[in-house]
Amino acid sequence: MTTLPPPGAKKLGLVIDLDTCVGCHACAVACKEWNDGGQFGALPDEDPYGAQPHGVWFNRVHSYAVEVPGLVIGESGIARARAPDATSPASPIPDSPFPIPGLTVHFPRSCLHCETPACVTVCPTGASYKRAEDGIVLVDADKCIGCQLCAWACPYGAREFSMERGTMQKCTLCVDRIYNETLDEADRQPACVMACPTRARHFGDLGDPQSPVSKLVAEREGYALMPEYDYKPVNRYLPPRPRRGGCADAMTKASSPESLDTAQLPGVLRWLDRVLSR
Amino acid sequence: MPHAHLNLHEPTGDAVETTTCYMCACRCGIRVHLKNGRVRYIDGNPRHPVNRGVICAKGSAGIMQHYSPARLSKPLLRVGARGAREFREIEWDEALALAAKWLGDIRARNPDELAFFTGRDQSQALTGWWAQQFGTINYAAHGGFCSVNMAAAGMYTLGGSFWEFGEPDWDLTRYLMLWGVAEDHDSNPIKLGLGKLKARGAKIVAINPVRTGYGAIADEWVPINPGTDGLLAGALIHELLHADRIDLDYLVRYTNAHHLVISAPGAADDGMIARDAQGRALCAARVGDEGPRSTGYRIADAAGIGISPLVIGEYLLADGRTAVPAFQLFAERYMAVDYAPDAVATTCGIDAATIRRLARELAEVAFEQAIRLPQRWTDAWGREHEEMIGRPVAMHAMRGISAHANGFHTCRTLHLLQMILGAIDTPGSFRYQPPYPKPAPPPNRPGKTRKDDGALDAGPLGYVHTPDDLVVDARGEPRRIDKAFSWQHPFAAHGMLQNVIANACAGDPYRIDTLFLFMANMGWNSAMNTSATRAMLCERDPASGEYRIPHVIYVDAYDSETVAFADLVLPDTTYLERHDCISLLDRPISDADGASDAIRQPVVQPDRDVRPFQDVLLDLGARLRLPGLVDDAGAPKYPRGYAQYMVEHERAPGVGLLAGWRGADGAQDGVGAPNPGQLARYVEHGCHWHRAVPDAGRYYKMANRDYLEWAKSLAFVGSTQPIVLQFYAETLQRFRLAARGHGAMQPPDHERARVERYFDPLPFHYASLAPLAGEGAEGGWGEGSSQAFPHPDSLPQAGAGVAHYPLAAITQRPMFMYHAWGSQNRWLRQIATRNYLYVNPRTAAEHGVADGDWIWLVAPRGRIRVQARMHAGTAPGTVWTWNAIGKHKGAWKLAADAPENVDGFLLNHLIDESLRDRDGRARCANADPVTGQAAWFDLRVRIERDAEPRRDGHRIELSGPDG
Repeated sequence: MTTLPPPGAKKLGLVIDLDTCVGCHACAVACKEWNDGGQFGALPDEDPYGAQPHGVWFNRVHSYAVEVPGLVIGESGIARARAPDATSPASPIPDSPFPIPGLTVHFPRSCLHCETPACVTVCPTGASYKRAEDGIVLVDADKCIGCQLCAWACPYGAREFSMERGTMQKCTLCVDRIYNETLDEADRQPACVMACPTRARHFGDLGDPQSPVSKLVAEREGYALMPEYDYKPVNRYLPPRPRRGGCADAMTKASSPESLDTAQLPGVLRWLDRVLSR
Repeated sequence: MPHAHLNLHEPTGDAVETTTCYMCACRCGIRVHLKNGRVRYIDGNPRHPVNRGVICAKGSAGIMQHYSPARLSKPLLRVGARGAREFREIEWDEALALAAKWLGDIRARNPDELAFFTGRDQSQALTGWWAQQFGTINYAAHGGFCSVNMAAAGMYTLGGSFWEFGEPDWDLTRYLMLWGVAEDHDSNPIKLGLGKLKARGAKIVAINPVRTGYGAIADEWVPINPGTDGLLAGALIHELLHADRIDLDYLVRYTNAHHLVISAPGAADDGMIARDAQGRALCAARVGDEGPRSTGYRIADAAGIGISPLVIGEYLLADGRTAVPAFQLFAERYMAVDYAPDAVATTCGIDAATIRRLARELAEVAFEQAIRLPQRWTDAWGREHEEMIGRPVAMHAMRGISAHANGFHTCRTLHLLQMILGAIDTPGSFRYQPPYPKPAPPPNRPGKTRKDDGALDAGPLGYVHTPDDLVVDARGEPRRIDKAFSWQHPFAAHGMLQNVIANACAGDPYRIDTLFLFMANMGWNSAMNTSATRAMLCERDPASGEYRIPHVIYVDAYDSETVAFADLVLPDTTYLERHDCISLLDRPISDADGASDAIRQPVVQPDRDVRPFQDVLLDLGARLRLPGLVDDAGAPKYPRGYAQYMVEHERAPGVGLLAGWRGADGAQDGVGAPNPGQLARYVEHGCHWHRAVPDAGRYYKMANRDYLEWAKSLAFVGSTQPIVLQFYAETLQRFRLAARGHGAMQPPDHERARVERYFDPLPFHYASLAPLAGEGAEGGWGEGSSQAFPHPDSLPQAGAGVAHYPLAAITQRPMFMYHAWGSQNRWLRQIATRNYLYVNPRTAAEHGVADGDWIWLVAPRGRIRVQARMHAGTAPGTVWTWNAIGKHKGAWKLAADAPENVDGFLLNHLIDESLRDRDGRARCANADPVTGQAAWFDLRVRIERDAEPRRDGHRIELSGPDG
């Protein structure tokens, strides 16, 4: 079994904005490309042009359709507001042929670089380890025997095993980029962060409360995945912001319905007397 | 020491080169990292104005496209039957000699027997010019089945458009409406922009039957029924007019809304704009400064300044006739009850309260949150302004608007909606990207006559201004093989590739000799009516036994489905192996704050016997001794290929394909003599050139002297005259008048009613999903439209109607494959190897369909067996799927049992390229009657259960003559 280093001050990780992620898979493919040709590669593909292509990815994007809290789909398939409590006799929204939509959420998933990762402590050889200096969880392929205990221990499904290599692979937080003095300083970021076209991914030190990522987490109420397991993930997700759809919308406050009482206004003749200038 | 071999400082590769991505139409700047002569890594170029360092999934997967096993490696000559994929490898000399023989014979006989069409081509500035030199009118790229509705409606209205010629003001807009935009153009700039809007808290509204991708992060999803966007936009206009929440000063300054329209029913100029003897448009203006109580008016030059135009009323012209301001005609149309929210709600699938609220929100943001940018500028009339007023409401529209038979008018409605909000090229609104705006419409007409040297008098594509510009014969019948620029589709500015094969096969209007295709997958996902199209490519003339299309030459880098139907295959390089240019003469990559162009350079050498298509085209042209391609002695003018052409060719004196570093010393922008060192300068600068618009010219470009002078200096516009936005599209009225019997050029009698109806100078809504005559209105959601807004192309067709086909069926491509060439990419196909039919759970429940069931999707054309998936983000009246993931067995070097071949499917099999009469005869293209845009999204279907819903297997069963 592998021991964890003493807790360090520096906790490098990712902050992923679920409000902005459009589910384009740019992060996943950039990651695959960087690591496939790099020192943690290859990321093997099996049956790449065949019936069941599958390969190793350190980062995968999943999409979910979720219903808006407070709205339920009725028997008719029509969404209506959930009754505030069981005693409420009726929905405040009358039956309507127009559906009230839910949300589609895109969720990128990769190693969360936990502070107390079970994937490390279960490792019989020391191949899986957590770096003391920055908290990154890595796999040393030279020591990995492919027992896959770590994959069983990780509740987040962050580890990938390929028969071809016989060793476990996972997100490295691009440890071979972020300190790499052969790269321009601006490029010393994980490939997924560099690629993200909506800039929904942020990298930094979550152990430093003054870091931009920590501030972002504080401001947007970022959360850790499944904290109840107590593995203390370092990565954070920023929740979708409240959607400003139909009602209670600040956008519409200034224009009350009265100001648009169209019945009170004449037809085209209203503009006859309008003095315009060119 | 753990991890003995961990090296934190390993160099990425041993060299890095910049070039331009080709995985879609976005054309981002990329850095290609090379290691031991192979591509190690591709990332975004942080200094590139398009993507600013980011890169999408396709871009990163470009490495696998480059190393795809499906790459062609040698010219191929067909030895078996068409479609059988039996070829013999031949040498380039033999291949080019054969092509030159076929094309040479054609050119000597009749150049129009060559139909030269390119697909996802990005070098139309070359291919269009080549077709012109060859002398064929039968040239186009893929815009006819892509987005010509967006382009044409924009160019005829604004002199710019959504899509690649304009963009929302990502930095200042506070409210963005995305109309029918899913995962599409232009990929990374939209994503970067949405990220900015999100960070700033601007509201995003997605109007789309499907909520995925961009719609998923929108604040509000408006699940509209397909093809009814024009009606929704009309209802928003209705609300804004009734509430008097419009910017009339903007309209009279920048549009022709105040221009007087002649009211003289029956006259040859009825509906035209009243003009004086010098041809100047006229308006009615208040007399003196008597203010609103003045009853006096005078007829004035509508372009005059310092006048107070009237937008309502009936005015007497000097010749005693009357005229009314265009605005009044517009207001009368849209204030009518037809466009009231309550009247459109059911048809659009959106409740009236939501429509009224959206209108209120637009007005609130445009007017109460107006931006006053402290930027001095000078308008086109020489008046100085201390600030720029902005209406921070922006719109962007794309495929979902375009792919309907009402897309042109729908898109025009959106532009008029923006105009009445004063939201075209102002701070916070839609903005032009240079070299746009151009005059609306631009001056270049399609070429149609051959000069003595055999070349066409102009490029084969262009903008038709009057019936005289149409490419028709003496009887008014189509001259082009695709019937573009005919009375059937007068504004078909991008041609109609989707109709070429069917027309050529039917000999309607005539037979051709050679179909020359580049990167156009007409044997599969780019074809409407795919199964029939594949059969047509193999069809023989019973009398002669010869193929109805005698020669097919196909150029592609990959073994696509269309390769199987070629007689001669010319293998192209990958995008990393050639020179290319992204020219301002073509589809620019500019942004609203600057003009840009770019090049591709070869960063690796081909390891196969392949040649860049552009080089091959120049070689062929020289072998054919085409004008402009050989010198006076008959020697090739560009023996060093496209790289030489990009630098040396001049379209006009001093104007070439690349705008940067012109002039002998490379010191000139836009206009200047060819510079032999130009490509080296591009490479030094990351393979792109960018010139910023001057600060004072950033907005109001259509009437901003600071902008127009800058644009003129770069040869983007011919003069600094203001560009008048065509609120009222007088150009359309010319065609309507011809249909009414005026002028020398008139439509054939059988086209008159159609032309008269669709060439309405003001936009209007008509049902796009053709509710076919003879059908009752029971049950379907389209009943509202079938009565108030009939689709006049609909004729009785057995069993086809709203009640029988109550659902709309549409497609989109996923972001990780959007506009990409082939889904055989080994990484991208791991994200999706197949597609499903997505159905709203409620709709599925009504049909007794469970998640994962195989069902039949039934259309008048036939039926396909597909697997259904529940998707709550789909409007109940719509079903949809990812397009172009389904493949045909044998292509793309995929295994025969690949899911793409076995379970994946195309909707295309059910989408006819023609609208047919009851007997199945093609009446006209299944296309927008104004532009010829393929009406992909007008497909109507019904769902039927399969007896064995859990048994796997996609099947196609077609009815009718081609089934």
